[in-house]
Amino acid sequence: MNILLAIILGTAFGFALDRAKASNPQKIINMLRLKDFHLMKVILFAIGFSSLILFILLALNVIDASHLSIKKTYPGVIIGGAILGIGFAIGGYCPGTSLVAAGRGRKDAIVFILGGLLGAFFYMLIFGIIKDTTLFDPIAGGAVSIAETTNSKFPALINNLPSLFIAGPFALIFMAVAFLLPNKTESD
Amino acid sequence: MKQNLSWLQGGIFLGAVFLAAVWIIKPVGVSTEFVIINGVVWNIFSPGLITQNEGAETAYSSTNAYLNKGGGTLAESVANPLNYGIVFVLSMILGGFLSGLFSKKKLPDNDKLSPVVWRERFGSNPKKRLMFVFMAGFFVLFGARLADGCTSGHMMSGMMQTSLSGYLFAAGAFATAIPVAILLFKSKNPKT
Repeated sequence: MNILLAIILGTAFGFALDRAKASNPQKIINMLRLKDFHLMKVILFAIGFSSLILFILLALNVIDASHLSIKKTYPGVIIGGAILGIGFAIGGYCPGTSLVAAGRGRKDAIVFILGGLLGAFFYMLIFGIIKDTTLFDPIAGGAVSIAETTNSKFPALINNLPSLFIAGPFALIFMAVAFLLPNKTESD
Repeated sequence: MKQNLSWLQGGIFLGAVFLAAVWIIKPVGVSTEFVIINGVVWNIFSPGLITQNEGAETAYSSTNAYLNKGGGTLAESVANPLNYGIVFVLSMILGGFLSGLFSKKKLPDNDKLSPVVWRERFGSNPKKRLMFVFMAGFFVLFGARLADGCTSGHMMSGMMQTSLSGYLFAAGAFATAIPVAILLFKSKNPKT
């Protein structure tokens, strides 16, 4: 059953990324150059829209809060993000979109994936050396969310207000910025 | 289905998939599976890499510190790779393929090697693009493993749940990605 769901959701995700043009390195690079905000609008709206509905459904007990998974916060999250950003700008791919682009027939995406496998392998080799360093010291308690998720494994930074009062405004801001960013598309 | 989605339609479609994933199973994540694939290949060439260990939380342990962390959850996935995570990620390739199959607009051959913005700046020599894109992949997955997530897991799934790590990851990623892209692809012709 889980495998069938994985096929359905994975295929839908790949299809959606491709139709949203996220698998096109041209669109990614021109977004990062601040020349074409199409993908920025897509991503911001997707985050705001899914977040708003998620917290509404959590408040109504429709979504099982045990499905949530908040990742730990530590300095390596920011540094790793910054290292990822360099490759993101050079290649125009992130891990997910490179797979979709490879399926679409882009050969540079296949080479990106091979480089990615080597990068992940290099990390596996050096993890034993860096694992006890301050890179992994928890920040603000580690696995925390800003709004209360009702999952007791993950404490919230703001827990004296109903979660919709926190997550709701965040979500609306994301969606508003998506609407306000310029629509001009320089190139396809 | 329409060939070209507006940004709003694309955002709703993507957001719906993220929501469906967390509703039915768990948040979307991609970069961990690169480790699982490495582990499976590594384990073929070096069979002692993963061992069954009744003492570990998952009953699997590894001689590799990374696969062994957190009670051996990654070691377990390497030992039994055909699970939700890897099938989801491989299905994404299928999703891209199907989108292309049902698209009237075929991808031009030169776009399959490098985007226009790359060719305008660095020419159409495929070797140069492939060398750089290999290096880019190395940086992206190394960074994603250090951060324990990528654009899907941290930025999209994380910020959807208002996870602090998602916001800090996004800040780190765009802090380098935007200046690197602007400087690297600065056009020689000041008009464009």
